[in-house]
Order: sequence, then structure tokens, then C-alpha cells
Amino acid sequence: MSWEVVIGLEIHVQLNTTSKLFSGSKLSTGAEPNTQASLVDLGMPGTLPVVNKEAVRKAALFGLAINADICRHSVFERKNYFYPDLPKGYQTTQLDKPIVGAGVVEVQLESGEKKVVRIHHAHLEEDAGKSLHEDFHGMTGIDLNRAGTPLIEVVTEPDMSNAEEAVAFAKKLHAIVTSIGICDGDMSQGNMRFDVNVSIRKPGEPLGTRTETKNLNSFRFMERAIKLEVERQIDVLEDGGEIVQETRLYNGDTHTARSMRSKEDANDYRYFPCPDLLPVEITDADLDALKAAMPELPDARKARFIADYQLSEYDADLLSGDLATAAFFEGATKAGGDAKLAANWVMGELAAKLNAEEKAIGESPVSAEQLGQLIARLKDGTISSKIAKQVFEACWAGEGDPDVVIEAKGLKQMSDSGELEKIVDDIIANNAPQVEDYRNSDDDKRKKKIGFFVGQAMKATQGKANPQQLNQLLKQKLDQ
Amino acid sequence: MAIDSKVVAQVAHLARLKVDQADSDALSSRLNDILAMVDQLQQADVADVAPMAHPLDVTQPLRDDEVSEPNIRDKALEIAPAAEDGCFLVPRVIE
Repeated sequence: MSWEVVIGLEIHVQLNTTSKLFSGSKLSTGAEPNTQASLVDLGMPGTLPVVNKEAVRKAALFGLAINADICRHSVFERKNYFYPDLPKGYQTTQLDKPIVGAGVVEVQLESGEKKVVRIHHAHLEEDAGKSLHEDFHGMTGIDLNRAGTPLIEVVTEPDMSNAEEAVAFAKKLHAIVTSIGICDGDMSQGNMRFDVNVSIRKPGEPLGTRTETKNLNSFRFMERAIKLEVERQIDVLEDGGEIVQETRLYNGDTHTARSMRSKEDANDYRYFPCPDLLPVEITDADLDALKAAMPELPDARKARFIADYQLSEYDADLLSGDLATAAFFEGATKAGGDAKLAANWVMGELAAKLNAEEKAIGESPVSAEQLGQLIARLKDGTISSKIAKQVFEACWAGEGDPDVVIEAKGLKQMSDSGELEKIVDDIIANNAPQVEDYRNSDDDKRKKKIGFFVGQAMKATQGKANPQQLNQLLKQKLDQ
Repeated sequence: MAIDSKVVAQVAHLARLKVDQADSDALSSRLNDILAMVDQLQQADVADVAPMAHPLDVTQPLRDDEVSEPNIRDKALEIAPAAEDGCFLVPRVIE
């Protein structure tokens, strides 16, 4: 009998506020160590936290986006543990009364099937600083710039039953938080970090002992870490062993995982309500304002893409998930006047190029407007699709707008049929054996053999001949 | 629950406090007194009372999302036992 896999996730989502959760320190990545750490962030005695209104607003907005109950008086608690990158000796977080209660996220699987993942709750908390173990000759360096960064921790029910479902859910969550503008969603910067809880059991049996693999910061690592852990648990149980409840660390470079904390050392966090902070109130008026300001959610956007642009379900799914991609697609469609072409270019040429250079769509050297202009020139027959790729490359290299590139490089498709006709006549005159061969072939073979003449003509025109016009002309002349 | 010296040692470890045996016995007895008082509190009928997170009947004032704190790194590092390259230094921590 096969094993059944049970997966639950905890996701840390970094809120994109200007300042920290409990202090007015600046929040930005890449700053010099400890230059964004105030007395509050340093845990100095006598300081008091003051809650960032925008962090509360963003957390509540997330709750509304997943149809969750918003806690009207949520409470901050102290989670006590000692670690050098946590200068206060406790993390300020939420436990019994988190700001976001139970909700749901609907996920579309690759099979087309829909799956509902229940959210247990989501709470507001502060991030810790960073410990740097390299470069300090046997000591550990502490950078507290990240300490106090606002996070929401989203906790799911154990509703996923394989790595693919977990990844599909994670991508959907990414789509939601970026669409509502509460998180920048840059995984490489740790904007979203995943902890996966995995257990296995025989169908019908009670839940098995679970392990938690922490801090996975890419969809790919998450998928691989889950698969690795499932294999490990199956091996252990089938060899007659027992699963130990533990925290594991996955190393994406070596594709290995190891146990992080043993059971004897299990943490006892001694949570209690933080006496420095009062309950955070959310009023009816706050909720009304949030609902009125709710940006378009991924599901609604997907439906709109299908209805307004006649995209296929598959295309709509790919283009609507990520807000930046969706905005790029819509910008290119608006400027180019053709949604299907825009969709093909965004998912094809542009995606391939971004991938190859490991760039996010926001960093694309070709803007949505430029891609739109390129599409417009394709559509009005100024350039062929082959030339379009060349123009795209030039735009990518920073040689200017498509119109500028087309003009500067003389890439306009030949629209003068007289000029093209002369070229075709020359080719026919100069390739007598091939013409003879063509004329002696049946229709089927002719379809293949015409390729030679097309190639010659394209060579002669440097690819600027309009392919349809050329084909027509060749047929007309060769078939006579 | 009764507190014995084992529990005292565990709690002391979590709080990173060094407690010797003589103190441990005294602490056990005092902690048991406190728990006895808590047990007494547990007997109060609170069925109709909402749990309270804070004794004040007010809610948290919120701050606008603005940067108000200057960079105080130099002063902070100056009072640290050890610092290097802008970082605080601590004995090596291995996960």
C-alpha cells in the first residue's frame, strides 16, 4: 500500500513598508550593516515600541484578500528565546489573537483541477537581525538592519498532499501578496520564506509525526526539499524506524538536508502578552476603507484577461499571476493593439531573455511600451516576425525604440511589389536547374522545393521581404 | 504542578540564570507558593469575563509609516564589547 503525504506550510511574508514594525528605522536592503538599527531595534532598556499603522493595514488587507475574519482587537505577545540576532531576548509576535483569522486560498493545479487550501491564521511579527558566520575569524558578526522588519506569518492547514500542490499554493500566495501590494515578492531577497511541515501515513491512519524544514526561499528549493523529505521518511519507516519530530535545514546547493535541533533542546518560548503594547483595534470604518481600496486579486484578473483579451485559460493563468507580468502584458497590449501577440511575446521571447539573464520582469531593458510598438509594426506589416526578433534584440541592447531601430537599420519590410518582383525574376533566371526541378515535381514536392527560392529571396532582401507576398509571387511565377 | 529543583534548573536555563543548589531549594518553595496562589485564582468563576490582554481599557495608538530614526551605528558599536566592519561581534554561534 502506498504512502499518503500530508503537507502544511508556514510562510513569512515581508511587508513592504517604509519603516519598521515598531520603530521609525528605515527599511531597505543592501544598506551598510547596523546603519538602520535604532535604540528600539537594538533592544535598549527604556525604549518602547510604537506600532506602524501601515503594517497593520497591510496585514488586514491580506486577511480580506483571503476571505478571513479580521481580529478587531489583536494582541502582541512576547516569544522568548536567546539568540544574538534577537537583542531584546524575545520576538514580538502574535499567538492567541492574531490579526488575521481562518481563511481560504483556491489553487489551480496543472491538471486544471482546483484545490482549496485552508489558512489557519496569519499573524504580524517582527523579523530578527542577521548572523554572519563568515569573515569574522571565529566570531559571529551581527547586523541588526533587518531586526524589526514587519512580517506576516501565514500558517496553512495541512491540506496539501504533494510537492506540486505545495508549490502551486506558494505561487498563488505570491500572486496575492504582490497583487495587493503588501510585499515586493522578491524571493532572492528573502521577501517570502517558506517552512514546510511534512508527514506521511498509510491512507486512513492518523497523522504521522511531522518534521519542519525551515527557511526555503525559492519555489524550486521548496519542491525539492519536500520530495527529499518524503523519500527520507518513507525509507525510515519502511526500514522499521521511527520519525523524530525535528527541525531540518535544506541546502539547495548540495540537495541535502540535516537535522537542526534535537528534541532535548526543544524550545520553550514562554509566550505572554507584551505589556508594552496595547491591543490593536480595527474598526468597521477601517475595514470599509480597506475593502474600498482592495486592488484587483489574481483570480479576478485572470477572469478579466480571458473575457477582455480572449486569452486561453493557460495563457491567462501565466500572465495574471504575477502583478508585474500582468502589468507588462497589459501595457504591451495597449500600446500594440493585439493581446494574443502581446501574450506570445511576453511568455516567449521576453520570458526567455529574462530567464537567460536572470532578470525580473521589472528590470527588463525593453519596456512594455516598446514591446507594444514592436507588435504594432508586426501587425501593420512594417516588419516580419523574423525581423521583429532582430528588432527586439536591438531594443534589449539599448539601441532605442523599435521605430528608431527599424529606421536606423533599414529593416522595413519590402512593400514595393515591383522591387520584389524584380528580385524574384532575377532568382528564377539565375537558378535554371532548380526551376526545372521544381516544375517537374508534383504539388506535394513543390511545397518543399519552394523553400529554396524563399531562402534566396530572403537572402537577397536581407529578410525584409514580406513572406506572404513573396510566397504568392514565387508561386505565381514558378507555376506558370 | 509542583516545582522541584529539576524544574527550577530548567527555567533557570531558559532564562540564562545561574542558580546554585541552596538557592534552588528556596526558589522551589517560593515558586510553589506562587503557583498555589494561581491555583486559588483559577477557582474564580470567569465564564462571563472576556480574556484581557492588558489592564488598560484603551487600544494601541498607531504611528504613521515614516522614517524618523537616524543612523546611530557609531555610538551603538562604541559601547559594544566587540565590533568589526560595522557589525557587533559575539562568540561564534553555530546552528
